[in-house]
Amino acid sequence: MIEYILGYLHSDVTPGEAGNLFWVTVYVLLVFLGISIGVIFMNWFERKVMAHMQVRIGPMRVGPHGLLQPIADALKLIIKEDLMPSGADKIVFWFAPVCVVMTAFCGFIVVPFGRTHAITDMNIGVLFMLGVSSLGVLGVIMAGWASNSQYPLMGSLRSGAQMVSYEVAMCMSVVSAVMMTSLVTGTGTMSMIGIVQAQEQQHMWFAFSFFPVGLTALGVFAIAMVAETNRAPFDLPEAESELVAGFLTEYSGFRWSLFFLAEYAGMMAVSAIAATLWLGGWLRPFPHLLGGAAWDTAFSLVPGLGFILLGALCLFYTARMPRLRSMRGNLIGLAGFGAFLALLGAFMLLPGVRTRVQDIFWFTIKVGFFMYLYIWYRTTFPRYRFDQLMKIGWKFLLPISIGVVVLTAVIGVRQELLALVWR
Amino acid sequence: MSDERFRDSKLADSHLRDSRDRDSQAGNPQERDSQFSDSPFYDSFDEVAPGHTFLDSKEVVLNMGPQHPSTHGVLQVVLKLDGEKVNGLECIVGYLHRGIEKIAENRTWAQFGPFVDRLDYTAAVSNSLGYCLGVEKLLAAEVPKRGQYLRVILTELCRLASHQVWLGTHVLDIGAVTPLFYAFRDREMILNIFEKYCGARLTTHAFRIGGCRWDAYPDMAREVLHICDDLGPKIDEYRDLITGNRIWLQRTKGVGYISPEDCIAYAITGPVLRGSGISWDVRKAQPYSSYEDFDFDVPLGKNGDTFDRYLVRLEEMRQSIRIIRQAVEGLPEGPVIAKLPKVLKPPAGEVYHSIEAPKGELGYFMVSDGSQQPYRVRVRPPSFINLQALEKMAVGSLVADVVAIIGTLDIVLGEVDR
Repeated sequence: MIEYILGYLHSDVTPGEAGNLFWVTVYVLLVFLGISIGVIFMNWFERKVMAHMQVRIGPMRVGPHGLLQPIADALKLIIKEDLMPSGADKIVFWFAPVCVVMTAFCGFIVVPFGRTHAITDMNIGVLFMLGVSSLGVLGVIMAGWASNSQYPLMGSLRSGAQMVSYEVAMCMSVVSAVMMTSLVTGTGTMSMIGIVQAQEQQHMWFAFSFFPVGLTALGVFAIAMVAETNRAPFDLPEAESELVAGFLTEYSGFRWSLFFLAEYAGMMAVSAIAATLWLGGWLRPFPHLLGGAAWDTAFSLVPGLGFILLGALCLFYTARMPRLRSMRGNLIGLAGFGAFLALLGAFMLLPGVRTRVQDIFWFTIKVGFFMYLYIWYRTTFPRYRFDQLMKIGWKFLLPISIGVVVLTAVIGVRQELLALVWR
Repeated sequence: MSDERFRDSKLADSHLRDSRDRDSQAGNPQERDSQFSDSPFYDSFDEVAPGHTFLDSKEVVLNMGPQHPSTHGVLQVVLKLDGEKVNGLECIVGYLHRGIEKIAENRTWAQFGPFVDRLDYTAAVSNSLGYCLGVEKLLAAEVPKRGQYLRVILTELCRLASHQVWLGTHVLDIGAVTPLFYAFRDREMILNIFEKYCGARLTTHAFRIGGCRWDAYPDMAREVLHICDDLGPKIDEYRDLITGNRIWLQRTKGVGYISPEDCIAYAITGPVLRGSGISWDVRKAQPYSSYEDFDFDVPLGKNGDTFDRYLVRLEEMRQSIRIIRQAVEGLPEGPVIAKLPKVLKPPAGEVYHSIEAPKGELGYFMVSDGSQQPYRVRVRPPSFINLQALEKMAVGSLVADVVAIIGTLDIVLGEVDR
């Protein structure tokens, strides 16, 4: 038994591939925990970033700089009465948030946080992720239908139409990236890990392959994924000023928070696809240009040093806090948080740990970039109207993505032929 | 406010909620015997055979409001929808009715002053100005020049504040969150001036019959000029944030079109009228409170759509700054309030006086029977009259446009319902 558990530690594949059920379970729990913490952090981060873009300061009271605000919110939502409209279809109303959360989290089965840091590797990884994440619309439509009310119904119908139309453009741009994987090795792959390894072998993130074709594909995907996750400026299904809260109108308390969780998990899932397919997944910046053992060591220190820097920042702001009796709790809290971050950073500097952690770090940074874009869009853009949304999806993004696929094929074949001639 | 009306709106609701309800009510004709029974609006329900769900019919009736984030208060709009398309709509007002006009009949002329602040609560100073000017007309009282200039300064500041509320909420309706905070940040400076001048920020009651209660506080001229210097770049900031935005252009151009002829037919006033290209501004046409002393332009739109009305209002803010600057620099010396008897007893008669409020022509029709109390005060609220055009502008467009049109009409429910 113990051998079975410890045996995996020496392998260099994911637990799913190794067939080790114990570690699969551990990884599932870890990923679930990580995503949940990510959602909690995103909640705080979004409110803070939006606040600072909108000349306010955001949450400041619960914990130092409002750090505990999302936890307080979550507590409130769990305690809150969970209403169900009298005319609602009870089973569907109950199942809708479950369905949404399940699909949102399922996609993470194949997300590679590192070469070995994935639950499993599937040879149809991308397809699986796209398929599972688009099942989420089912939950949304169920929520709208079961609420037995017009606003949710309209919201869910909008959502259904929107997701279907943007999925097409999204998949087309994914096809372009998948085609690029076959360039040097000659065999393409749809495995998430395989795609990152292909970028490693080609010494090029796919965002910069066949410039600007790869970048255009990424752009199409980046627009489509915003629509896919119902975020501003495509947040029509839950457009506050039109449909009150769209399909969420009749939900409250814990069920509402499940939708919230699923929305952010879904955002992370599509951001993870974008980071994996175009931005080199877990690869650190310039693995070849700045290759060699010295650079490897230098880059592997970055996560630990980054955390220590964050901790130092926290301590710096603790020192700047006014020495008031009423702020003592905040003072201790922020100092403790800073110390915790610094210790975490120091732990990450240990040789055994840093080589394993750095992949996760770079991957998270890339996902975080897209998450930041989400917030940025939300504060910047007005909302599209429904017909305009459809027009962008079908008349603008779809032709571009088809063009990208064709161009990728043409340039790729040309390059391979030239390589043959040269050989 | 009849009970029948409420019963009927509930009827519209219940039809959609459950087809079983409809079966029972369809066979109960006296239930529908109300003021809407002759309207084609509710007839379609009877045409649906019993047993069908509402999805089988081509139309959905959606009750937008009175509790809705973007009806700017407690307006109820009953929308008749075909998918997203609006086939018809009906405004139901009165949820904020406080009987202000009736209250006037039980107060003295001076006591009614604070009540008018509660009409259009985003532009309390303008309401007050209109009322005071009307009563002064009735009394044939002349306000001293300094008082008139002071009134102009405060009223134009109030127009700026009101337009900032409009800008923030209108843009928020269309989905952009950020400009709201910018607009409200800058409105704060103006409210600070009000607070320093008269102690209140929103319902100011700044003016009294015969002039102003207070003279300008010592630093007022400098602070107001500071706002004038500050606000110009701030308006540029709003423009940079919003005007060139592609999504904003797509959402507003050609949306909520109203022709100049229709504007006149509906008696629409204010920026909505000027957005359609008709040059009518009470400040120019029938100058009051020394507006003839100031040099300013009346901005006009060409297309009569939401975008033009947006541009007109932005330009109006700039013109307001111009007026304020001239008024502060030319502020004469002297008293601010005319000498009037302690007990106001206007001679019997009637008077109508209108001013250019931020939302349009705000008129007061007042009848005096020679006693201390008004016999009747009737308000011509610009919001209420502009709201009539909602149906004309919104039918045939989408749900999202209805929200944009309510925003561009710039209604305040306190004024609509009174």
